[in-house]
Order: sequence, then structure tokens, then C-alpha cells
Amino acid sequence: MKSKPVLRVTSKLLIPAIMLFALYVQFHGDFGPGGGFQAGVIFASAFILYALIFDIDTARKVVPAWMMRVGLASGLLLYAGVGVVGLLLGGKYLDYSVLADNPVIGQHLGITLIEFGVGVTVASAMITIFYLFAGQGRQPEDS
Amino acid sequence: MISGHLPALQVVLPLMAAPLCLLLRHSTATWGLALATTWGSLAIAITLLLQVLSTGPVSYEMGGWAAPWGIEYRVDMVGAFVLVIVAALGSLVMPFARLSVAREVAADRVYLFYTMYLLCLTGLLGMAITGDVFNLFVFLEISSLSSYVLIGFGGDRRALTAAFRYLVMGTIGATFYIIGVGMMYMMTGTLNMADLATLLPAVAGTRTIQAALAFLTVGLSLKLALFPLHLWLPNAYTHAPSAVTAFLAGTATKVAVYALIRIYFTIFGGVDVFETFFIREVLMGLALVAMFAASAVAVFQTNIKRMLAYSSIAQIGYMVLGIGFATVTGLTGGIVHLFNHALMKGVLFMAMGCVFWKLGSVHIRDLAGLGRRMPVTMAAFLVGGLSLIGVPLTVGFISKWMLIQAALEKGWWPIAVLVLISSLLAVIYIWRVVEVAYFRPVAAEPGAESASKIAEAPLSMLLPMWVLAGACLYFGIDATRTLEVAAAAAMLLGTTP
Repeated sequence: MKSKPVLRVTSKLLIPAIMLFALYVQFHGDFGPGGGFQAGVIFASAFILYALIFDIDTARKVVPAWMMRVGLASGLLLYAGVGVVGLLLGGKYLDYSVLADNPVIGQHLGITLIEFGVGVTVASAMITIFYLFAGQGRQPEDS
Repeated sequence: MISGHLPALQVVLPLMAAPLCLLLRHSTATWGLALATTWGSLAIAITLLLQVLSTGPVSYEMGGWAAPWGIEYRVDMVGAFVLVIVAALGSLVMPFARLSVAREVAADRVYLFYTMYLLCLTGLLGMAITGDVFNLFVFLEISSLSSYVLIGFGGDRRALTAAFRYLVMGTIGATFYIIGVGMMYMMTGTLNMADLATLLPAVAGTRTIQAALAFLTVGLSLKLALFPLHLWLPNAYTHAPSAVTAFLAGTATKVAVYALIRIYFTIFGGVDVFETFFIREVLMGLALVAMFAASAVAVFQTNIKRMLAYSSIAQIGYMVLGIGFATVTGLTGGIVHLFNHALMKGVLFMAMGCVFWKLGSVHIRDLAGLGRRMPVTMAAFLVGGLSLIGVPLTVGFISKWMLIQAALEKGWWPIAVLVLISSLLAVIYIWRVVEVAYFRPVAAEPGAESASKIAEAPLSMLLPMWVLAGACLYFGIDATRTLEVAAAAAMLLGTTP
């Protein structure tokens, strides 16, 4: 792709915008359309675009497979962990009202945190799936 | 404080341990974590069963949202019994799994194996504990997706094809289930099982609900491998790693049977689905065909794991037959067979796991003389095999006794005769193995060890197998406890006595 300056420049311009939009969808999700799943897919698409234009090996240097594995696990742990915190604070599992003094703030905090967990896991999963398919027929650097 | 949250912890414990396994990556460490988690789950399941026995059903509001709107976790006698079955199998397979998995799964993937194993356990426990039909779908998918991966871990490339075929069939099954749920939601506006039970009788005559019932039945029948929908099962069980087969054979289809029971007797509890919608004719007809066709196919198998897989399809026939009676005795027979079959198939597949560990094959010709070389393993196989046939003093006898009683109560003696005849088919296929293992000389291979030398599988594999084999005998001799629970469960489901 080195001989395609239009694609390289356009994607360089687009990638930050895609990431920013993903973060908007992520954190605006409890007020408007959106949420962790959609945001995760959009965020991952930025990296997938990067890998398509600048080669997958470069992308693997930016986000190595181990980082994705940590992302996959920590997103789920964050989600389940918020539930456990609610439980320890005296509520039911996944009861966000007890997370803050004001139940409304607690609900906001809880949903934001678990949606962030969803986003991290979905983005990691999308990138991992892309790596696995794109890496077929090559020797993986980091298994 | 913790005791009030046990229904949530039952699912959350394995759910949180799974990503930790992914982070740990060290084979032995992940195994240790998975071992601790599964035994913790078993402790929770037993505590819940005792709670239900002493104080009645336990209800838990997820996220503090009250029942018809929020997701309710509801543990009653049936659910608690299935939870104990799943958790017990899950925790007994764990000590067995360490060496078996180390031999059958590539070393750099062992941590992924335990991650998937815990997720599968999460899904199966979740299906048994939830009181919400959509939540059941989510757990169905968690357990299904992880079991496709677990089957794909098999050393053989055919494991991948088997997993893919299961994925296609399983996805169709889950889709049918969710279509059925959607139709029920359309007519009643609720997803809570107890709420559905009160709202459904009013709309039960509509075609939408009839279609929903058909979709639910077909979808779950795919997951539980009822006769014409069983095509995914033989390959999946044959090519999966031994530990996975032992775990899934004892749990996955059982939980699907449980879901079917829930649909018919809880959700459609106010509607006589068996009389009005021809469900009985369909279920009992297919169950009887399964008992004969699958057993007959099992007789001709040369791979013992495949033979046992076909036998599983036949045994599922017995469970579905019990459901089809829709009487307390019949349902007790079906529910107790859930437990009994989990025990015996656990033993049989673990025995095959030990054989595979030692010989690298479960082909019948390689089993020649194995009764002398691996006496402990083959003795356990014998116990499991006798249970499968239904010999008195084993668990299989109890289930079949209840089913025959149910048939006689209704005056349907031909069914009782058919149950007995189909047991004879089990005698044939178990006898083939016994004959080869005990009455044939060890195949003389050049450079093989001396024929009489005992070469057993390691203790960590024998011990869990014999715990299950012991349970096969114990609950065959003193079945009061299992029958009490199963009968209480059947009564609770509100069947006509």
C-alpha cells in the first residue's frame, strides 16, 4: 500500500475521527442511541482500517495479541466486578443504585462502567477475530 | 450476608474465573483455578438444594429490579436438582481433566481449554437457575458457543468438522427457541416464566402461541438431540477431547431436557399441551424410535466413544418418554434419569478417556484383553455398562422401573414392553465391549509390553471415575434420596397425579 498516498493520507485523517466517534457512542450511550457493543465495533474498525492500509504486521506492533487478550478478559471482569461491588455494598448483584449516595448517580455510574467493560471486550474480540483471519497462512509472531 | 446472594454467585463465580484463566495462561495455574471454581460451584449448588428442601423456592432479583420486569433467578426443586447434576459433573471431571487434557490438547492452548470449560459451566448453570426465558436463551448461547470451541479442541481434524456441524445445528436450535420466545412475548408482553404461566392460558388457543410451542419444541429438541434431530451428536462426542465428552454427555443435553420440562410444565403449566397439541404423540413416538434406532446403530459401531454417543441418543429417548407421560411417576422417572444418566455416561466416557490416555485409541479391536491390562478402568466401565442396561442394584434400574411403572399406571403396557426390549439392545452393545476386553487375548504387537502386565491410568483419572461409579451403585441400591427429590420436583411441576 506504500504506493497509494491517497489511501494512506485519508485513513490517517479518518482513524482519529473514527476513534473519537466510538468514544462518543460509548459514553453518550446512556442518553442516546449507542452503547458498549456498537462503540466497541466502531473502535475496532479504526484498527482494522489501519491494518488494511499499513499492513497487519505494523498493526500487530501497535496492538499486540497479548494486549487484546488482556482487553478481552478485563472488560468482562469489569462488568462482573461492578456487579460484585454492588453486592458488597449491600445491594443485589448488578444493583447500581448502591454505587453512589444518590441512586440516580449510582445508576449512571454503574451503566457507564459496565458499558465500558462491554466496549473493551467487544473491541478486543473484533480485533482478535480480524488478526486470526488475516493471519491465516502466516506464522503468528505472538501466539 | 453471602447466603442471600447464592443464586447470583452460582453463575458469577465461574463467569469471573473464566477471564482470570485467560489472563493467567499457565496450564497448571489455570487448572487449579478451574478446579477451585468448579468445587465452589458444587458447594453453592448443594447449599441451594438444601435451602430449597428446607424453605421452598429461592428467588433472586437481578440488579434489584422486581420480578416481571427485571430478570429473576428462581431456584425450585427441579432447578436445584439440575444445578447439582451440572456442578457435580463439572467438578468431578476437573481432577480427571488435568492429565487427560494435557495429553489431548496442545500445551499452548490448555489455558484456553479451561477458560472455555468454565464459560460452558456458566452457561449450563445459568440455564438451570434463571426464571426468565430470554435470559435462558443468553445462557444457552454461552454454553453452546463454548462447547463448540471445547469440541474443536479435539486432537483430530475431524473434531473441527464435528464442531462446525454442531455449530450449524445448535444455532438453528437456538434461533428456533428465540423465535418461540418472541412469539410468546408478542402475545403476553412478558419474559418472566412465572408471569408467562399466568398469562398464557388466556391466549393459548391462538395460532401464534401454537406456532411458538412448535418452535420451542423443535429448537430445544435440536439441543437435546431428540431422535431425528440428533445428527450433530455422534461426531461431536466422538472427536471431542475425552474430558469434554464426559462433561457434555452428562450435562449439556440434560440441561436442554430441563429447559423443555420448564416450557411444558411451568410456562405452559396452565395449558394441557399434551392433550390439545399432540405433543404427547410426537414426543413419545420419537422417544420410542430413538430408543430402538439409536441403540440398534450403537450395536454396529467400532469406535466405543461413538457407540456410547448413540447410546446417549437412546437414553435421551427414555427421558423424553418420561416427559411424554406427563404424570408424576413418568416425570419422576424422566427427572431421575437425568441424574442417573449423567452418572453412568460420566463413568463410561471417563473410562474411555483412561483407555485413550493409555492406548491412544478407543477402537474396539485395540481393547482386546484390556480387562487384564487395565482392570480398574474396565471394572468401572462394567459398572457404567450395567447401569446403562438397567440391571438391578444400579441406577439404570431405578429409572427404568419408574418409567415402566408410569406406563403401567396409564395402562399402556406395550410401552413398558418396549422399554424392556430396548434395554436388551443395550445388553448387546455393552456385551461386545465386555467380550473383547475380558475374553480375548491381548493383541500380540511386536515390541509390546507383556500381555499380563497391568498398565493402569493414573490415580487422578481413576479416582473421579470411581466416585461416579460408586454413585452409580449407591444410588442404585438406596434411591430414596434421588427419588424423593425427583418426585418432589415432578409434583411441583403440577402434573396430574
